[in-house]
Amino acid sequence: METHYLDNSATTAVCKAAADKALYMMTDNYGNPSSLHKMGIRAEEEVEKAREIIAGTLSVDSREIIFTSGGTEANNTAVFGAAQALRRRGDRVIVSAVEHPSVHESAKRLSELGFDVHYAPVDKDGAVDIEALKALLNNKTILVSVMAVNNETGTIQPIERVSKLVHKLSPEALFHCDAVQAYCKTPLKPQKYGVDLMTVSAHKIHGAKGAGALYIRSGARISPLLYGGEQQKKLRPGTESSPLIAAFGAAAAEADIQADSGYIRELSSYALGLLRQTDGISINSPEDALPYIINISAEGIRSETMLHHLESAGVYISSSSACAKGKRSYVLEAMGLSDSRIDSSLRISFSKYNTKEDIDALTAGLRTGIATLQRR
Amino acid sequence: MKEIVLIKLGEMVLKGLNRRTFEDVLIKNIKYRLRGLGRFEIKIAQSTIYIDPLSEDTDLDDVCERIGEVFGIVSFSRACVCEKDLDDILDKAALYCKEYLEDASTFKVESKRSDKRFPYKSPEISAQVGGRLLSTCPHLKVDVKEPEVTVTVEVRDFGAYIRCGAIRGQGGMPVGTSGLATVLISGGIDSPVAAYMMAKRGLKLNAVHFESPPYTSERARIKVEKLLRQVSRYAGSIEMHTVPLTKVQETMRDRCPEELFTILLRRVMMKIASRVAEETKSGALITGESLGQVASQTMYALNCTNAAADKIVFRPLIGMDKQEIINISRRIGTFETSIEPYEDCCTIFTPKHPRTKPILRFVEQAEREAGLDELIEEAIANTTVKTIDF
Repeated sequence: METHYLDNSATTAVCKAAADKALYMMTDNYGNPSSLHKMGIRAEEEVEKAREIIAGTLSVDSREIIFTSGGTEANNTAVFGAAQALRRRGDRVIVSAVEHPSVHESAKRLSELGFDVHYAPVDKDGAVDIEALKALLNNKTILVSVMAVNNETGTIQPIERVSKLVHKLSPEALFHCDAVQAYCKTPLKPQKYGVDLMTVSAHKIHGAKGAGALYIRSGARISPLLYGGEQQKKLRPGTESSPLIAAFGAAAAEADIQADSGYIRELSSYALGLLRQTDGISINSPEDALPYIINISAEGIRSETMLHHLESAGVYISSSSACAKGKRSYVLEAMGLSDSRIDSSLRISFSKYNTKEDIDALTAGLRTGIATLQRR
Repeated sequence: MKEIVLIKLGEMVLKGLNRRTFEDVLIKNIKYRLRGLGRFEIKIAQSTIYIDPLSEDTDLDDVCERIGEVFGIVSFSRACVCEKDLDDILDKAALYCKEYLEDASTFKVESKRSDKRFPYKSPEISAQVGGRLLSTCPHLKVDVKEPEVTVTVEVRDFGAYIRCGAIRGQGGMPVGTSGLATVLISGGIDSPVAAYMMAKRGLKLNAVHFESPPYTSERARIKVEKLLRQVSRYAGSIEMHTVPLTKVQETMRDRCPEELFTILLRRVMMKIASRVAEETKSGALITGESLGQVASQTMYALNCTNAAADKIVFRPLIGMDKQEIINISRRIGTFETSIEPYEDCCTIFTPKHPRTKPILRFVEQAEREAGLDELIEEAIANTTVKTIDF
């Protein structure tokens, strides 16, 4: 049976350039990047090359990038690092109601530690409600975190607008943006937007799991999560995972936002066309969502049931976010969707390796699912 | 809406007949600095350089970042291109300024009409544009004394332009207009700052770096390459000459009085740098010395060092405090690299009590007895050259 992998927001296939690079770093260029000798220097060169590539994709300086073990660690570093560094300036932390669990749960932990944590509500499309955010921002606010693109719905957040507001109304605050789902899929310019901290991850862009990066605007001070060696300006001590980092660089170098997103837009509108013609399917993603993600509901059929039905046809998708297996989506709840829509929600997510055949297989699977599963 | 970048020139507009040469060099430098960002039409008129992006995907933010690092530019700004027609100016002003005015509460409009054929005078243009902006952004108030945003309308030869504020440039003179000079670079905080400051006065640079493996690590050289790469953002490409000093330093250690190690080393460096300058047709040496900072930088020591140089030595930091130097180094982005902890030539074989008032006669005698000059030839012969570029 053919595989139709449409769960690329959960993770992607590693591209050949990245896999080759990782193998090379593991078997040939395997020195510790911090070693003083040549073997160390050669490995460090690859790590620094990757740093420059990642910095280039964000139009920032390579010294503003630190590597982490992934998006979750980068988000934790941003949230706890900023709160820790700025706790003498204030105690209010604001995150949007639809953040990824690695921000959402970190904020919850800050609340347990005594910080004044608020969740900024979103509108029916899942975009941050600007007026509500305005009301929350005050001069005690030290951190605001709003993602670039939502991982469940593809909703694009008004980052530039939010950033301006944050800096105007809360001059002490750092503004963090989790851009894991947006990275290499839409142009990101944290410096231009006034974003202080930005999270990106390798395995959503055909790199390997286990590597991510945090942009820290030069001049923005945060505390580290980990303590140990001198690596990465002590902000992220520990021997750099040179194979995964170098592979991250190779994957980012291969990404071509213009060409890739153009192709995905084509696929996405093809899929949306077919989905709209399918009785029993409603579309939860807003019209102007990032084309890489489509969230749908087949009302009356539990997400998991449909997921396994599609799986039997070789089609792989998510029941909303893969990180929240079995739990009801708080993202869709925050958008005000009905319980029946939420319980039947599914996330389809594309990569440049997908074809129209994958989408045909998906819609065929959905149709047979709706026809056969609903009766039970 | 077409957007371009307008650049105002620095003190070179004061130059008389040489002005054309200065302008040509600046345009060449700008073109070089913008490489990789797309195709541009670059022209000059009335002391203003126009940078017109021809490729669709050029990001003017990137262009501005690079322009902000080019010497010879007083200020620059993004500007919206209009027809020389009042209605077009008004329509475009409303659209273009919206983003800048959205979060401001006060503004004013200034107009400059260098094309006197344009039928409206400057105050009329300002009044009209101001009126239109007030009607599109009703939350705004006019404040002619301290406005948050100044909207400037310029009616010039090629067209009319609207801009919101201007960004300060690096100032200084275009790199290359003062000739070529050789900077002695160690890897510390000072020498990259000295290089930057002299490039600002229009000097193109090459560099001499000394290393003593195995006492110094390859990492020290990589660090210097990184520093020069950062300096090259401002100074253009830099040819780096790396000279091995191991033998010279070992001989010094074995045959010279310990308290003279530092001064002897500085003199060897000056001699070698002078030779490199001679061979590369460079007209001066540049060092990061600052009076009294360390034993080798007392007035007496500097006299001994200076006597070993064949060229004029520029020491732009001579009267500066360490903190002032650090501030510049942070601003130009070399500080973080400079403080990476690797041994360089100047930190090995350091005497416990270096002579702070060396006497040239005795220093020269020590050199002769150790036969240091003969070793210099060998060091020069083993020099490696690499071009560093941003």
